[in-house]
Amino acid sequence: MDWEFIGSHIPDYAAGAWVTLRFGLCGVGCAMALGLICCLLRYFRVPVLKGAARGYIELARNTPLLVQLFFLYAGLPRVGIRLSAEACAVIGLTFLGGAYMAEAFRSGLESVEKSQREAGECLGLTRWQNIRYILLPQALATAVPALFANVIFLIKETSMFSVLAMMDLMNVADTLRTSGGRTVEVLFMLAAAYLALLLPVSLLANLAERRLRYAGFGNQRSV
Amino acid sequence: MQDLGISVLFRGVNFQRLLLGLWVTLRIALITIGISIVLGLLFGIVMMSRSRAARSVCRVWLEIVRFMPQLVLLYLVYFGFARLFGWNLDGEASAVLVFSFWGTAEMGDLFRGALTSIPRHQRESAAALGLTRAQINRYILLPQTVRRLLPQVINLSTRIIKTTALVKMINVTEVLKVGQQIIGQFYREPSAAFWVYAAVFLLYFLICWPISLLAGSLERRYHE
Repeated sequence: MDWEFIGSHIPDYAAGAWVTLRFGLCGVGCAMALGLICCLLRYFRVPVLKGAARGYIELARNTPLLVQLFFLYAGLPRVGIRLSAEACAVIGLTFLGGAYMAEAFRSGLESVEKSQREAGECLGLTRWQNIRYILLPQALATAVPALFANVIFLIKETSMFSVLAMMDLMNVADTLRTSGGRTVEVLFMLAAAYLALLLPVSLLANLAERRLRYAGFGNQRSV
Repeated sequence: MQDLGISVLFRGVNFQRLLLGLWVTLRIALITIGISIVLGLLFGIVMMSRSRAARSVCRVWLEIVRFMPQLVLLYLVYFGFARLFGWNLDGEASAVLVFSFWGTAEMGDLFRGALTSIPRHQRESAAALGLTRAQINRYILLPQTVRRLLPQVINLSTRIIKTTALVKMINVTEVLKVGQQIIGQFYREPSAAFWVYAAVFLLYFLICWPISLLAGSLERRYHE
């Protein structure tokens, strides 16, 4: 292990990690919004749109991100739709992640007793108030572990951004590997960098899970 | 123009070539799933063993595969092992090794989850009814475990199939790579790339979707 080599290339990796993190979080945020929308469309059985949401979820969950990215980046320009690499990255991650997030939200909403929603309606809450104050708080508490698992999964998936010629962690490492021949050091740093990125997310997930465990109505889940 | 592009897919043996490429990924996925289920069962049993050391090893193993992108693991094995140990594994062997390493831990965790989720009173009531140990396993525990497990195992299998698309990155000529060869050959057709990538996208969907539907219907059926 050549520690001097490792020390001198930490800034390269930091720059790569910043790209990974920035576009990863961007995609994760958009994916959560898209997932929540799709999930609510299905939960409230909105005509037509619920079918569209279902179709989208199946399509996104059953195809690899790598193929989606190639399609966006190399396929679409041939029919006149040109997107920058960064746009492809965020769109691809949102497309994939939205479906996974929708499923996580759905399992959360399904765990909320139907009587909760009905009670809210009886009290004269509007549909939006019902979602905002009754359903979502309880559903989110249940969905937190699945949501965080998806966040980690999506940040890992950003390793495929290197095919878009973006200088993310993976591409930084690959460039160093092919130019320097210090394969072992390069890959060691790559693994360490992903660990450094994802460990805090995982700790945060544990914390959130513990804080929210008893948020369910009537404490039923703790038994 | 676009109706010219789509014809590239069916010119000569192009479509057969794509399917052959798809078979390469599927082969890797099937071998991986087989290995993962067998080793995963062992992994799950070890995770529940009394030995603290054995449990910690499994824990660390599981955390590694959860934290490391599969692509990083592929690079570690494909490029790193050659340097470190002088093992020159080819792309397919590296892929099977890496995906099995990942799949074993994930399967093992599913097995552990399913086994520990069965309430203790199930075993105790069966024993109180006078069932033998073998009967308890066969008639009480196994059916309940399988019900919880099967949808999850199928879901993980589709994830493994999708992940095998990554082997393109370590120079395995699979469906994406074949697609790019076809695009290169027919560079005169401006929209060839669009149709070829769309076809690859659709092929993956057609493989994974029925499997996901199966998992979904099993889940619903067992839920009742």
